[in-house]
Amino acid sequence: MAGDVVLETEGLTKEFRGFVAVNDVSLRVHRGAIHALIGPNGAGKTTCFNLLTKFLEPTRGTITWQGRDITRAKPAEVARMGLVRSFQISAVFPHLTVLENVRVALQRARGSSYDFWRSERVLSRFDDRARELLADVHLSEYEAVPAGLLPYGRKRALEIATTLALEPEMLLLDEPTAGMTHEDVEHVVALIRRIRAGRTILMVEHNLSVVSGLSDTITVLTRGHVLAEGDYATVSANPEVRAAYLGSEEAA
Amino acid sequence: MNAVPLSQRIAFAAMLVLIVASPFVLYPVFLMKVLCFALFAVAFNLLIGFVGLLSFGHAAYFGMGSYVSAHAAKVWGFTPELAILSGAVVAALLGAAFGWLAIRRSGIYFAMITLALAQMVYFVCVQAPFTGGEDGIQAVPRGHLFGVVDLSSDFALYWVVAAVFLAGFLFLYRVVHSPFGQVLKAIRENEARAVSLGYRVDDYKLIAFVLSAALAGVAGGTKAIVFQLATLTDVNWPMSGEAVLMTLVGGIGTIFGPPVGALVIITMQNELATILGAWVTVVQGGIFVACVLAFRRGIVGEIQAKLGKPL
Repeated sequence: MAGDVVLETEGLTKEFRGFVAVNDVSLRVHRGAIHALIGPNGAGKTTCFNLLTKFLEPTRGTITWQGRDITRAKPAEVARMGLVRSFQISAVFPHLTVLENVRVALQRARGSSYDFWRSERVLSRFDDRARELLADVHLSEYEAVPAGLLPYGRKRALEIATTLALEPEMLLLDEPTAGMTHEDVEHVVALIRRIRAGRTILMVEHNLSVVSGLSDTITVLTRGHVLAEGDYATVSANPEVRAAYLGSEEAA
Repeated sequence: MNAVPLSQRIAFAAMLVLIVASPFVLYPVFLMKVLCFALFAVAFNLLIGFVGLLSFGHAAYFGMGSYVSAHAAKVWGFTPELAILSGAVVAALLGAAFGWLAIRRSGIYFAMITLALAQMVYFVCVQAPFTGGEDGIQAVPRGHLFGVVDLSSDFALYWVVAAVFLAGFLFLYRVVHSPFGQVLKAIRENEARAVSLGYRVDDYKLIAFVLSAALAGVAGGTKAIVFQLATLTDVNWPMSGEAVLMTLVGGIGTIFGPPVGALVIITMQNELATILGAWVTVVQGGIFVACVLAFRRGIVGEIQAKLGKPL
């Protein structure tokens, strides 16, 4: 798994009115790896995540994606470079059908999105690819259903299918199993395992059992800074981590 | 799955029959007024209904369309279609400038910026010599369509106005049901997600804003030709309120709601004005409150929900 570094941060810091949410975080994510960002509530995981996806502007520090400085890039531009994020609250387009949700992503990747004078019927050329993606996440039978009506776990699956439609080089998953039933968690873990081929994944996660089974590298954050980094065995053996995270959260 | 649904085909056929039959029964000037405002509301609905942007300054585009068309027809001697086109172009340019500023904010701030910019236009119109100040531009010639067809009769002009309305209506239907419209809906539903898929959402919002402003300009210009008059009323903020009210009463985000809302509101204003005088405004306010409290989906929105079919 020791591929070259694709995403790198140097001294990444975010301050909110004197409160330092993310403090001097330097991360190196290797190509093809599943890298998890964990930590107790308020550790700065989601802030860090939002900095990486450019939904927040860092106060200090740099972010480099495949050798390019993206510290000041706009979120849509980062997505166009192949760095695509998911959301903690499942992000679907509720009044569009499941098929249309995936098509919106395909449409962006393959052009014609500004054509306001053409019939939307031209979009049907994306239907085959959209159906393939839906089949991959076992959503074929729901294609005509408005996405808002799907149960929670299936919304997450739809979100992943939509993200994969962009054929991203790297996926950033924000707590992919948050608020899920045990069954759905297993479903999503299996899904992540299936889609990791040829991709790099960075995930913020709260659920330790998910992290332990999936990730190659784990970075532990507390109070905005990096406490420890390594594989699950290394990190979970670290006494500071046990005190800050494992001990206080769950007796792992 | 993307063919025009039967419910919308039937509604469109019904609208067409009404447009063709009504001038034989009703007063054409009244009908032309309804059609102009219907187009105005349809243009406004593109933003509120399909992008989720509440513009509270559409009077600026309607009013500038009205003034420019009136000026072009009266002073420059343009034929009516060119006069209306000039109004649309100026409204589009104004929309591009104002939209560019306004889309940087969302929600109530967006509404306030559009209102503030529109009020600036209003004050310019009060002062600028070409608008005629309090008098407005009066005695605008209706002229000859393409320099050939005499439009001085209400009946002849009615068909032109009907054609302008239908063209605008169908154009917006196409915009909403285009690849671009699909992205607009995605932005309305979940803007952050649209960004994360790599959409430059500001570009889409701006294009929608310009299209909406241009059509509001067409509506204003057509109105100026019909009434042979462009005044401060066209550009003042209650005109923006009319667009909001008509769209709300008809049904935000529906295809046929804004024209229905325009018909209801204009009819009410005309009929009740003789009986109630200035109290019409109070009745209108009451309707607004009732809509927001009791049937937020509007007339067409409620019917649509009952039928379970898009209208």
